Amino acid sequence: MDLFEYQGKQYFARYGIPTSAGAVADTVEEAVEAAERVGYPVVVKAQVQVGGRGKAGGVKLAANRDEVELHAGNILGLDIKGHVVRRLWIEHATDIAKEYYASFTLDRAAKLHLAMVSAKGGVEIEQVAEEDPGAIARRHVNPLDGLTIEEARGLVIEAGLDAEAIEKAAEVLVSLYRCYVEGDADLVEINPLVLTPDGRVHALDAKVTLDDDAAWRHPEWSEFEGTGEIDERERLAKEKGLQYIGLDGSVGIIANGAGLAMSTLDVVNQVGGAAANFLDIGGGADADVMANALEVINTDAKVRAILVNIFGGIVRCDEVARGILAALDRVELSSPIVLRLDGTNAAQAREIIAERATDQIISEATMLSAARRAVEVAAS
Amino acid sequence: MSIFVDESTRVAVQGLTGSQGRFHGLRNRAYGTKIVAGVTPGKGGTDVEGVPVYDSVAEAIEAHGVDATFVAVPPRAAPDAILQAAEAGVPFIVCITEHIPAKDEAYVSARLRRDFPNTRLLGPNCPGIISPGKCNIGITSGDIALPGGPVGIVSRSGTLTYQALHELSQQGVGQTTCVGIGGDPVPGLTFVDVLEAFEADPETRAVMMIGEIGGEAEEMAAEYIKTKMTKPVVAYIAGQTAPPGRKMGHAGAIVSGSKGTAQAKMEALASAGVTVAKNPTEAGELMVEVVRSLG
Repeated sequence: MDLFEYQGKQYFARYGIPTSAGAVADTVEEAVEAAERVGYPVVVKAQVQVGGRGKAGGVKLAANRDEVELHAGNILGLDIKGHVVRRLWIEHATDIAKEYYASFTLDRAAKLHLAMVSAKGGVEIEQVAEEDPGAIARRHVNPLDGLTIEEARGLVIEAGLDAEAIEKAAEVLVSLYRCYVEGDADLVEINPLVLTPDGRVHALDAKVTLDDDAAWRHPEWSEFEGTGEIDERERLAKEKGLQYIGLDGSVGIIANGAGLAMSTLDVVNQVGGAAANFLDIGGGADADVMANALEVINTDAKVRAILVNIFGGIVRCDEVARGILAALDRVELSSPIVLRLDGTNAAQAREIIAERATDQIISEATMLSAARRAVEVAAS
Repeated sequence: MSIFVDESTRVAVQGLTGSQGRFHGLRNRAYGTKIVAGVTPGKGGTDVEGVPVYDSVAEAIEAHGVDATFVAVPPRAAPDAILQAAEAGVPFIVCITEHIPAKDEAYVSARLRRDFPNTRLLGPNCPGIISPGKCNIGITSGDIALPGGPVGIVSRSGTLTYQALHELSQQGVGQTTCVGIGGDPVPGLTFVDVLEAFEADPETRAVMMIGEIGGEAEEMAAEYIKTKMTKPVVAYIAGQTAPPGRKMGHAGAIVSGSKGTAQAKMEALASAGVTVAKNPTEAGELMVEVVRSLG
């Protein structure tokens, strides 16, 4: 789960990472109220989960009430790369002497946590990595050892932070590591981490991605639920326990297993089509699961054909076939199904489908031929 | 020969009394795997269809001698179960558990490397390992595998592993061992570990590798193949059309920035001399050709 900046900052605060005083606002009136509370000048910041909001006009400085009204009015409803701004974060403006960068994430190749610190903050770190890789100090952190204040200090010094920032930045780094580990985040990133003219160091932005698999030990995460920028179908699918990601094509995809689902997208693309979605129904594929999946796909007006690609391992194909037929009784489909069933009991499954003699299901023997057929149907 | 497991491998199922453990453990036994014990704390002294259950892995080892455990417990219990097996001296642990928090995986991985360097962990979140006709630990359906070799399979994806087995078996090409390493961010055995074992196994004459987007595991495999591997490899990478920044089901399957794309992985593998297929069907066909050319 990706957090918005304001949520990330609230999460940082739990671990003692200093941030600016601020408040959320969903309307111009609330923005003014928030600004009066945190004190002028303020920064009006669009809450969207996409980079480049500053350039898109989503971050503005406001010195007084009139300016807050103006900017809040302009930013609310603004479309930033397809993300419509519905919420603002109104923050007391900070004087900036220097901008740095700090983050923790997992280095999968090393199987260790990775700290990255740079004196070049305020720009995309990918850009720094490309143009000036030496400007980023990196250090692996073994989860058995953790990160000591001495090690944090060493890293901050290596990154070339200014002398007056070193001690406080090292403290932030240790707190940020705690937030990353104890807070079960996949990524914590402060960009920029700022040094103020009066020598304070604090997080001016917050990027936090939480590990959904750890939700059971974080009851406090419930406050983040339902605030995300999830599309309607993705929400519906999530409720039904399905892994769904909306895409732009016209071939709806249902497959069992993430790998097979990804592969189905690939094959549809290779035969000249485009998938409308990624949908993994997981290992099981009974009538209920299949009906739920078909319902989700059915709400997508772009879909012209539905490719169901199931490989029966543990799940037997005859059960899947019965599941699909039962699902058809429950769901009125707006597009035909092209069905590929392979693996355990596939022959019986094909007989079951053939008996029904419905023109809503077209059976194909292989993944490739099924993809071709689905693309044809979608184009016709 | 097979890698990591064979017909003599004695297996204890951690979580045999739970629904997953019972279902898959008994299926594995029906396949012919030597399932000698179950382990569930607090249920010692009971049995599951004749398989005796112990309170700890150590007790199971004392009573039966255990070469491998099959961890089929919920995500909250899995890290401790894996470490308990490692502490008891089990050399090979297969964990199918899905949704273990990444921090726990990273911790377990670090503990294994520091304190139990001789323990191999397969998974978590993997389909397991099958040596056709000899031993099946995990959730793979035994009847889609064909004994006799000469192909070794290593895969990061569950259903695509079955797809690969099926494609080969249908063409009459058997497998020495099929290893599903799983799609999680911190896996135990990696592509490189499994490729090394296949390279050393005299009966494995060619390897099929199924990768997916995200991480650098395929690139590291390419480097190993280029420098150390003599046997032919056919590869397929899933997720060629996946949009960046979105997790495709597996926690590991995500393209971030320019890293971890299918394109980059396919290029790395091709430049290492690997035959790279566009889709699983083509991978099966190409592997059949490779096997025929071996004579």
